[in-house]
Amino acid sequence: MRDEDVFIELDGVEKVFEVRRKTGFMKRERRTVRAVDSISFRVARGEMVGYIGPNGAGKSTTIKMLTGILTPSGGRLRVAGIDPSRERTRLAHRIGVVFGQRTTLWWDLPLIDSYKLMHRMYRIPDARYRENLDRLVELLDLGDLLDVPVRQLSLGQRMRGDIAAALLHDPEVLYLDEPTIGLDVISKAKVRDFLRELNTERGTTVLLTTHDLQDIEQLCSRVMVIDHGRMMYDGPLAGLHEVGESERTLVVDLERELPPIEAPPARVVKVEGPRQWLAFPAAESAAVLVARIAAEYPLVDLSVREPDIEAVIAKMYAEQADRAERAIS
Amino acid sequence: MGSGRLYLTVAAGGFRRYATYRLATAAGVFTNTVFGVILVYTYLALWDEKPHLGGYDQAQAVTYVWLGQCLYATLAIQGGGAEKDLMERIRTGEIAVDLYRPADLQLWWMAGDMGRALFQMLGRGVVPFLFGALFFPMALPTAVTPWAAFVITLLLAAVVSFAIRYLAALSVFWLMDGMGVNQALMITGIFFSGMVLPLNAFPGVLGEIVRALPWAAQIQMPADVLMGETAPLGAFAFQAAWAVALLAAGRLLQSVATRRVVVQGG
Ligand SMILES: Nc1ncnc2c1ncn2[C@@H]1O[C@H](COP(=O)(O)OP(=O)(O)OP(=O)(O)O)[C@@H](O)[C@H]1O
Ligand SMILES: [Mg+2]
Repeated sequence: MRDEDVFIELDGVEKVFEVRRKTGFMKRERRTVRAVDSISFRVARGEMVGYIGPNGAGKSTTIKMLTGILTPSGGRLRVAGIDPSRERTRLAHRIGVVFGQRTTLWWDLPLIDSYKLMHRMYRIPDARYRENLDRLVELLDLGDLLDVPVRQLSLGQRMRGDIAAALLHDPEVLYLDEPTIGLDVISKAKVRDFLRELNTERGTTVLLTTHDLQDIEQLCSRVMVIDHGRMMYDGPLAGLHEVGESERTLVVDLERELPPIEAPPARVVKVEGPRQWLAFPAAESAAVLVARIAAEYPLVDLSVREPDIEAVIAKMYAEQADRAERAIS
Repeated sequence: MGSGRLYLTVAAGGFRRYATYRLATAAGVFTNTVFGVILVYTYLALWDEKPHLGGYDQAQAVTYVWLGQCLYATLAIQGGGAEKDLMERIRTGEIAVDLYRPADLQLWWMAGDMGRALFQMLGRGVVPFLFGALFFPMALPTAVTPWAAFVITLLLAAVVSFAIRYLAALSVFWLMDGMGVNQALMITGIFFSGMVLPLNAFPGVLGEIVRALPWAAQIQMPADVLMGETAPLGAFAFQAAWAVALLAAGRLLQSVATRRVVVQGG
């Protein structure tokens, strides 16, 4: 990416928490947690990036640093050229944030009241406020909800309400921390469609964390994986397969029950009567493998199953945990 | 100017939010009325024994009681205003949402608390006061000036009250739990505001001390201004001085808290 396109820039950013724990009567133990451990990345204007990792990986901590509510313990961080923790208020006018588990809306009051508050808070010119509100209400399907007190909204409705609240002031970047958590399939689809449109039509930069890999598959061309505060992977989603050494599965139906097929590097992982399952590296050609099997075995039918991104990532997390364990013992 | 409208909106939100708790408001009106009656008869018995206690005659003592009941919720004498929400938000980490907003934390919470106070005054405080004025002899001024001065002293009282509770709430950034602070707020609020007995009636050195503490700005000052027991300008100065000092302390603590202390939770 060209230098002038860079919108978010992290250089060896760290966040160390000091935790004090009671270990007995009047005894306290100090311990430090490296929530973010020397992370570097750049996001260009208009990108839509997935930021994933297991629980406690440091995703939310990173987002808090990006909004300026946490100060990094080390490293350099810039958003739109601004140091967020130093100029939090100035930056606030240019960013939008949705914490899926929290709400920025007034709990006891109708949804519209919170929007009127945003109008004043971000000093949005009247015409632009009305235009944005109309657009967001339509796209996020909020029409019937504006007069409903927020505490009476369902989780999915509230989430859409929160997303609208974060966008009324036309932020250049939107940070979403688990925007689909707890939503049903239809609500998730609504949120995803909306985010895709926001990114493509309006060019809003989006950084999103999630535990639902479908969010990433459907929205992000680029994904960053972190674990224990360290960057494990940064690149296109497809590339994860190579890094994760993922495997595809070939399911073959033979004419009759036969001993396991021998066709390295594929290996049989399951046999059920005349049907056999073979696993092979995702990078290998399925066509070559099928041709070889067809030449030697009485093949009736076959299908190829693509690797499950979820499995790839699970494997990646597990390997990382293994390595960490070995390092300790 | 632009931000003035923001904080007005926040105050209006605070007002409307408390207006949605109708049952709690009705229960509050009932409680304050019953409490007022009990306290009035207690005071009357006490003033029979010690006429002119604290410089008040019986009608003034009765007025003091009903004013206390009127201001009890308005000034969140035993807590339960904005600071309660603030503590909860700090404890759970919700405060993160408040922090990334382009607004001043202290003004934001003060505006919300002022809206609450106004609602508590109109919705909950006025009725017991009118009830008292209807059924008991009270020492209320008939001229406009004391009432005007009373309004100003109420406003200042609300600011002092908020400033005390804001300081207390910020301590949760370090303590991680508001239980102890809330109890301390409640006890100091009830005792030092003169909810139990007018501060004027406290004897000797103890009296000197409690009348100099910020809590004296809450019920004692408005009562004395209303009943002409003290010069309004002196009362304003006393209240304003505490308001400025406590708000400044809150501001200092807030900047330390948001810089050094960490927001809880993912
Ligand atoms: N306020 C805090 N004090 C101490 N430790 C903290 C604090 N906030 C986070 N941590 C620690 O920092 C690490 C990263 O936490 P973070 O919330 O960033 O994880 P996450 O990737 O968002 O996880 P999740 O997917 O569960 O939301 C965790 O080990 C967590 O315990
Ligand atoms: Mg998180």
